[in-house]
Amino acid sequence: MTTQSPLLDAMSIRKRFGGFVALDAVDIAIRPGERVGLIGPNGSGKSTLVNCLSGAISSDTGTIRFDGRAIERLPAHQRTRLGIVRTFQIPLPFTSMTVIGNLTIPLRFAARHHAVGGTTNDVEQALLILEDVGLRDKAHEPSAGLTQVELRKLELARAVAARPKLLIADETMAGLSNSEVDEIILLLFKLNEQGIAIIMIEHIMRAVMAFSQRAIVLVAGKKIADDTTDVVINNAEVVRAYLGE
Amino acid sequence: MVTFNLLINAVVTGILLGGFYAAVTIGVTIAFGMLDIVNIAHPVFIIMGSFVAYIVNRHFGFDPILTVIVAAPLFFLLGIAIFRFYYAAFESSGKGSLRGLAFFFGIMFVIEVTLLLAFGVDYRLVQTSYIGPNIGFAHIDLPLRMVVPFVGSMALVSGLYIFFGHTFIGRAIMAVAQDEFALSLMAVDTVAVKQLAFGVAIATAGIAGGFLIVIQPVDPSLGREYIGRVFAICVLGGLGSITGTVIAALILGVVETITSTIFGPSWAPAVSFAALLLTLAIRPSGIMGR
Amino acid sequence: MRRIPSWIWPVLVALFILALSRVVKNEYYMFAGYVVLQYIVLASAWNILGGYSGYVNFGSAAFFGIGAYGAVVLDKLWQPPLVVAIVFGGIVASLVGLVTAYLTLRLRGVFFAIATLALAIVLQTLVMNWDFVGGPLGYYSVRPDSIAGFPSYVNYLFVIMLGLALIAVLVARAIELSFIGRGLAAIRDNELAAECCGVPTLRLKVFATMVSGGLMGMAGAPFPYYITYLDPNSAFSLAYGINSIAMPLIGGMTHWIGPVIGAVLLAVIQQVATVTISSELNLMIVGVLLISFITLAPNGIVGLFERYRQKRQRRLST
Repeated sequence: MTTQSPLLDAMSIRKRFGGFVALDAVDIAIRPGERVGLIGPNGSGKSTLVNCLSGAISSDTGTIRFDGRAIERLPAHQRTRLGIVRTFQIPLPFTSMTVIGNLTIPLRFAARHHAVGGTTNDVEQALLILEDVGLRDKAHEPSAGLTQVELRKLELARAVAARPKLLIADETMAGLSNSEVDEIILLLFKLNEQGIAIIMIEHIMRAVMAFSQRAIVLVAGKKIADDTTDVVINNAEVVRAYLGE
Repeated sequence: MVTFNLLINAVVTGILLGGFYAAVTIGVTIAFGMLDIVNIAHPVFIIMGSFVAYIVNRHFGFDPILTVIVAAPLFFLLGIAIFRFYYAAFESSGKGSLRGLAFFFGIMFVIEVTLLLAFGVDYRLVQTSYIGPNIGFAHIDLPLRMVVPFVGSMALVSGLYIFFGHTFIGRAIMAVAQDEFALSLMAVDTVAVKQLAFGVAIATAGIAGGFLIVIQPVDPSLGREYIGRVFAICVLGGLGSITGTVIAALILGVVETITSTIFGPSWAPAVSFAALLLTLAIRPSGIMGR
Repeated sequence: MRRIPSWIWPVLVALFILALSRVVKNEYYMFAGYVVLQYIVLASAWNILGGYSGYVNFGSAAFFGIGAYGAVVLDKLWQPPLVVAIVFGGIVASLVGLVTAYLTLRLRGVFFAIATLALAIVLQTLVMNWDFVGGPLGYYSVRPDSIAGFPSYVNYLFVIMLGLALIAVLVARAIELSFIGRGLAAIRDNELAAECCGVPTLRLKVFATMVSGGLMGMAGAPFPYYITYLDPNSAFSLAYGINSIAMPLIGGMTHWIGPVIGAVLLAVIQQVATVTISSELNLMIVGVLLISFITLAPNGIVGLFERYRQKRQRRLST
């Protein structure tokens, strides 16, 4: 296996809702350890793409290969086990559980399937992850009582606990203050250094610019640009789509 | 032996019955299909309507169908009261589903047992001029006790169709059904709209109760037979579509009467369950679903 | 000092009741106690799916009735020992659970609830039309006058149901404490998030439905021998449906002891009410209690108790 072979390789993904074409033959490829920003105006199909990749919904046509395996027919939990893990725009914690309890779910149900972490038990692993995201002191508190930014961190921590090779971070920063955005960006960099490829879906351009090596732009269900971040940002078509003229 | 004639009669009776089923189900179409409130107690409100018609008919000799139309505003208010309670207890706190379901299940039993304690287990019936005589043409005999509820049901459903399609309030309800969040952004009081819609749903149950007691004698636990039926029709019709509900109700009515004719009436209750499971297995969005 | 494992307590209580059943001479207590135990099985079984994963099963009566009529079929064919009938009832009921769950649980949860509601009615229709088991006329099962090792047949049935209750409670407890229970709790909190955390949601839900339905079927198998005359109305009585929902809700759904508390409380109230007032009023009491608890104390008696304990702890710590 060479370093050039992509971790994720999705080809001509199509999805229609009734008469509305949400995704129109979108290709997307991610290399191991890459940092990619996925941007586009509201309703451009970003969330649909995330849902198709993670298995929350199935695409109408197209193939998705991950780690050399065809996965487009697998249910979401099996994709998670293979290493595609997503977070949700609106955090969806398991509210009846403590913060650490939230992490034990992916540790037990996903991470076990690729036996990372050797013999250490779930609680120790969970505490290490919480340490990383800065929630260690909240470990035994009920997840229902967390603040917005803490919920975002829990969302990320829970995703990390599934031991992803590819993390899809769906608007993890929407509605956060500037300093909180910086906190999350740093956190994502830290995860990336551990070898996790990351797709960041974000409206906050500052975050995308700071974080991603490459940017993919969706407009009206079509991919209109896919290049290094500074090239994309100066692309006339992208500017037009964003500024709208 | 099932003759052709018998079959034709079964189909025609089935259509009449199906029309009545549309009136029975339309309230569930509103509450479940549009508002996402799984009111499994709906049939018991229908039985309440039947008993209102029974009491008034017995003591004053009034027409059962006119009675329930006059009583409909009371059912409307009852619906509003129940919605308020339901909303305050479950929906506003966002912990709806399981407890909301159990709540209506409890309501169902409380009302049923109340009726049982008040009226006993006997079947009750009403007396009007159109129970008994038939109208017939060609080889078909139409009992008036089926024809009158059919006509009434079609009037009720058409009225609701116009209400939801062409009045401001009706369209507001449809809009809430489609995108509650967007509507709340436009400063529409979505709770008030839903409350009103639920009131309408319960009012239709009361009216359907009047039709029911014309068609057949009623006892307090008759509602149970209708639970599977109304939800089967509602799901088959595509959840929240009035046209779909009518089509599904007619289909179920015809299939039920044909089943009764061929296999015997004791098999009729199985039809709705089969319809429900088949719909869920093959096309969960129903015939009119998007 | 090693901690005593907590599964020992249900076992000890069961042994104590077993000892008591040897001493008590009045058969009425066996007769009434059987019903209480039967509801412990139904409530614990319901809670495995309903309480742990949040999927409402209105059709307890269907699964119970399958067990009861399964026993009738076997009784007519070759009169096997009761244990065989119990196993048979459990297997058939859990297979029906498998089919219902697989067809409806892929969709929104309420479809499952509605399907189970209709299931009880349709199975009753089938049995009504099935002459082999007596149709609407019902079936008389001849029970032996005595059975070796037991003072009476009623006592034997009581002990059998005691065993089933113990099994149901231990199974519910084991599931709750295992990773399956954790997965079900994740489903209850948020199914989409659970699926995306690697929880095989469909498989867990189907599994829970099968275990739950199977236990209910097992509880139904001795029933024909208990009432000796079984008809479709008593086997598929909606009372099972409402009781097995009300008991866990009133007792508390998140802990295995909740359904047990609820079952003992409600079943005893109903046994007393049947003797003193009327059996219709039973359902009224259950309905009113159900509505009051879900609106006022959504976490049931266990929840009330925990809140009280937390309050006291806080008071002590300040």
